[in-house]
Amino acid sequence: MTSVLTPWERGLLAVFLCTLALNAAFAPEFLTIRNQINLFQLSIEKIIVALIMTLVIINAEIDLSVASIMGLSAALFGYLVNAGMGGGGAVVICLAAGLLAGLVNAILVARVGIPSLVVTLAMLIGFRGLARILVEDNSLGDFPTWFTDLGQKGIVGPIPVSILLFFVLLVLLGMTLHRSSFGRQVIVIGTNAEVARFSGLNVARVKTILFLLSALVSALCGLLYAARLGSVRGDTAFGFELDIITMVLLGGVSIFGGKGSMVGVFLSILIILNLRNGMGLMNLTGHIQTGVIGTLLIASVLLPNLLADLRARRARS
Amino acid sequence: MIGLLTRVSPQTLRFLALGLALLATVLFFATQIEGYLSARMFNRISTSAAVVLPIAVGQAIVIMTRNIDLSAGSILGVVAYMAGQTLGAMPDLHPVLAVLLCMVIGACFGALNGILIAFGRVPSIIVTLGTLALYRSFLVEWSDAKTITTASLPQWLVDLPSASAFSIGDLDVRVTVLLALGACLVTGLALTFLRSARRFYAVGSNPDAAVMAGINAPRIVLTAFIISGAFAGLSGFLFLAKFGNITVVAGLGFELKAIAAVVVGGVSIMGGSGSMIGVLMGALLVDTIDNSLTRWAVVSEFWRDALLGMLIMAAVTLDTLANRQLNRLRSANGDQP
Repeated sequence: MTSVLTPWERGLLAVFLCTLALNAAFAPEFLTIRNQINLFQLSIEKIIVALIMTLVIINAEIDLSVASIMGLSAALFGYLVNAGMGGGGAVVICLAAGLLAGLVNAILVARVGIPSLVVTLAMLIGFRGLARILVEDNSLGDFPTWFTDLGQKGIVGPIPVSILLFFVLLVLLGMTLHRSSFGRQVIVIGTNAEVARFSGLNVARVKTILFLLSALVSALCGLLYAARLGSVRGDTAFGFELDIITMVLLGGVSIFGGKGSMVGVFLSILIILNLRNGMGLMNLTGHIQTGVIGTLLIASVLLPNLLADLRARRARS
Repeated sequence: MIGLLTRVSPQTLRFLALGLALLATVLFFATQIEGYLSARMFNRISTSAAVVLPIAVGQAIVIMTRNIDLSAGSILGVVAYMAGQTLGAMPDLHPVLAVLLCMVIGACFGALNGILIAFGRVPSIIVTLGTLALYRSFLVEWSDAKTITTASLPQWLVDLPSASAFSIGDLDVRVTVLLALGACLVTGLALTFLRSARRFYAVGSNPDAAVMAGINAPRIVLTAFIISGAFAGLSGFLFLAKFGNITVVAGLGFELKAIAAVVVGGVSIMGGSGSMIGVLMGALLVDTIDNSLTRWAVVSEFWRDALLGMLIMAAVTLDTLANRQLNRLRSANGDQP
C-alpha cells in the first residue's frame, strides 16, 4: 500500500486517520452511516467540482469562475421555474448555459491566449452578476417535488444521487487522468505547454475540453445545490472556489501544473470534510472554519517548499 | 494610417482609447440621466473614485511584479474597522497620525502576504486567496459582531468627506479626492524617476533576468505587497470617512474593483508594464460606469457586477489582440517588435 502512495499522500492518510479518530472519540454518533452520509452531503457540490478542478490545475490552468457558474445555473433554474417553465426543460437549459459559460472561458483562454487566472477572475464577477440580474435580491423557491427530492432524499437506500455521482466521477476522472491518453496529454501540457505543442499535441483542444467540462460540472452542481437547499438567491454558492481549490492543492496537486493524483485529492477531501465536521462539533463558527481552510490552503503549498529547502540543506552538509 | 499606428507608442494609444471611452460614457449617460452634468454628480463620482484609487494604485504595483493581491479588499475592511475603533477611543488623535496609522496597519497585513510569497515561495494567487478569507475571519472575530457607527467618530472625520480643498467654477474638489490623487501622483512620479522603483518593472517583465542583473527579487516583491497593504489601508481610511458606519463586510469585493481599474487602465497582467495615469483613468472609468448605472432607469442596479466583469474582459481581450496586431505590423515594417 505504502509503495503506491507518494510521501505527501502518506502524510495525508495519517492526518485523515487522526481526524477520524479524534472525531470518533469526541462524538459517539460520528461513525454511524447517517452521519457519514450527512458529512458528504453538506459539502457534496464542492467536492464534485474539486474532482474536475484537479484536472484543470494539473493542466497548469485555474478556473476561479466555478462558484459563479454554480450560482448562475441555480439562479437560472429558479428564474425559469418561477416563470412557469417545467423542471425538466429548465434543467436542460441550465446545463446548456453552463456549457456556454465554459465555451466563453475556453475561447478566451485557449484561442485568444489570455491567462486563465485573468479570464476566470473576470468571469467570477461577470457570471455572478448575471445570477444577480436573474434573481435580484429575492429568494426563489417553489421547485417541483421531484427536483428537491433528488437533492434531499436517498436514491439507493439512504444514499442520495449526488453522493453516487461523486464516486462515479471520482473513478471516471481518476481513470481518465491516470490511465487514458487524454490524461497523459493533460499532464504533459501541464508540465510544459510549449514542449507539448512542438511535440504535435493539440494544446488548445485539450484546454477547451477541460474548461467545458469544468463549467458543465459546475452548472450541474449548482442545480444539485439548489435542489438540496430548496431555494436560490443571488449569492448562492458565493466563495466556494476557495474551498474547492484548497481541496485540490492540499491533495498534493502542484499549482504550476504537471503533478498530482486523484488519490491525493480524495484523501484531502476526506480530511477537509472531517475537519469541518469536527469543527462543527466543537461549536466553531463558519467564519473560523473558513479561516482554518484559508490557512490550510497556504500551508499546503508552503510546507512542501519548506521541506524541499530542508532536504536541500541536509544534502549540502 | 498603419504607419501612424506603428509610430505612436502603445501607451499613448491606450490613453487615447481610455480617454475616448470615458468621454463616450459621460456623453451617453448625459443623454440618459437628467441633471447628469452637474456639480453634484461630479462630487458623487469623484469622492467614490477616491476610495478606489489608492487600493488600485497598490494593486497596480503588485501586478507590475507579475503577482496579484486578492486580499486587498479584506485589508481595507480590517483597517476601516480598526481605525474607526481607535478614533472612537482616542478622538483627539491628529488626523495625519490617523491616516498614517491606517497605512501602517495595512502595511503589516501586506507584509505577511509578502513574506509568504517572497520567502515561502508560495504563488501570490494562493496566499492572497487564503488571506482574503483569513483577514475577513479575523475581522469577524475581532469585531465581536459590533459595528462602528458615525456617532462614535470624531467630528473632523465626519465632516471630512464634504470638506472642499478648492473649487474650479462650480466644481468642488474634495479633500479626500485630493488625498487619493496625491497618492497616485507621488507613486507615478516615483515609478518614473526613481531608480529603485524601476525595479518593480524589472522583476515583473523578467524575474530571472532581474536576478541575473543583481536585483534582490524577493525583496522587491515583499516591498510591492507592503505598499499594496499600505494603500489598501489608505483606502480603508477614505472608506471610513465616506461611509462612517463600518460592518464586518466593509470593503467586500473591493479587490475586484481595484483589479478592474488596474487592468482596464492598461497595466499588463503578465507584469512589467503599466502607468499611474492609466490606473487613474481606469479607476475613473470603472467608477463612472458604476455610479451612473445606479441612477440609470433603464437597467436595475443588479446589472453592475455583470457589466464590471464584461468591462474587464473586453479591456483585456482588446489589449491582447491589439498588442499582437501591433507587433505583427511592426515586424512587417522591419522594426524591432
